[in-house]
Amino acid sequence: MLGQTDAPTAAGGVPEQAPMVPAPFAVSARRQDAEDTWTLELQPRAGVPLAFAPGQFTMLSAFGAGEVPISISGDSAGGPLVHTVRAVGLATQAICEAPVGEVLGVRGPFGSAWPVEEIEGADVVVVAGGIGLAPLRPAILALLDRRERYGRLLLLYGGRSPEQLLYTQELERWAARGLEVAVTVDSAGPEWLGHVGVVPRLVHRARFDPAGAVALLCGPEVMMRFTVAALAQAGVDGERVYASMERNMQCGIGHCGHCQLGPTLVCRDGPVYRWSELERWLAIREL
Amino acid sequence: MQTLDELIAAAPMFAGLAPEHLALIAACASNERFDAGEYLFREGAPADRFFLIRTGAVSLEVDAPGRGALVIETLHQGDVAGWSWLFEPYRWELDARAREPVGVVAFDGLCLRGKCDVDHELGYQLMRRFAASLTERLQATRLQLLDVYGHARAD
Repeated sequence: MLGQTDAPTAAGGVPEQAPMVPAPFAVSARRQDAEDTWTLELQPRAGVPLAFAPGQFTMLSAFGAGEVPISISGDSAGGPLVHTVRAVGLATQAICEAPVGEVLGVRGPFGSAWPVEEIEGADVVVVAGGIGLAPLRPAILALLDRRERYGRLLLLYGGRSPEQLLYTQELERWAARGLEVAVTVDSAGPEWLGHVGVVPRLVHRARFDPAGAVALLCGPEVMMRFTVAALAQAGVDGERVYASMERNMQCGIGHCGHCQLGPTLVCRDGPVYRWSELERWLAIREL
Repeated sequence: MQTLDELIAAAPMFAGLAPEHLALIAACASNERFDAGEYLFREGAPADRFFLIRTGAVSLEVDAPGRGALVIETLHQGDVAGWSWLFEPYRWELDARAREPVGVVAFDGLCLRGKCDVDHELGYQLMRRFAASLTERLQATRLQLLDVYGHARAD
């Protein structure tokens, strides 16, 4: 599967032979990013930190509330396991409310990764919408760690409102390290001095070499569709566009079939896909 | 320092126009500057101009009682602000305010409408370009209306 890496599927606190068994991780730090969104740092109760590749996800559980797939938003070079979670249901609400010291269950990491090494030498356009910036954060950190190996690095990031934007202080640090950051919101009051408008409009204004550029996308599916159209208009075809997909992942290891997308299973073959392999399935409604 | 003719010829809105049409458009144009906070146009006022933004950012706003000025969209270098000059009743439907010092090429809409009435090929070419801009902005507005970030898959 394109986009997949040889990254370990399990390491540290998660026994490889038992991918369905959650490993206990304790909340070591928590931060509120937006009204309904929290970033948690997790440390394994035993063993070494979880090794993962940018783009992968874990199945994260709050005991007694449920288990949900959450993309890893930490640094793949090391440090704690980091998840940015939006409270949209029982399980995610419980995870967001977990205080420091509380133990959560972690299975994984699972799935394919952003092709950060394969795209060395290219201009990279990272396009994020809403909480879609969280799965892209490890890729951004990896790109910036090897900044000299890439051409222009751009982040086009859209949110619902200024209050809903993630990692706002970090955006400035990334810009200082060579990431060209453009942020836009769907709506704002007069106090907001940044862009107002949708992310695809940022594509039209961005400066990159369309012939060799690679785009990494994550956000609501509608936003990604419009963004791909804008990228195509700019000269970036679907072969050079990668997108992280969201479906109803449950087992995480390609057994239960809940996350089927066409002939693929998002938990196993995704969540990161090459757009050209995906678009025919996305054209089928309700798939 | 680019001349007005060069600025207009380089603008995406006027890409591909014949030199004689570019010259007709340039004859209706002038350079202008707006200070931060100054309005390029106000809702309800006669719409007899439009603007090609050279530098700075312009916000399109609607004043909502009790909520203040709501920013619908921001426009930047290369964008065109204003199409009400093309359509009756030739009144602005939004406010356009400079968010910072803004440099524009300002076009006299009355002058250009008159030339379009005489030269229908110019009118057709301009209408095609404004229609494309309208379509793009309409699509963007639809995407905004979908509120895509407000609807997450519940667990």
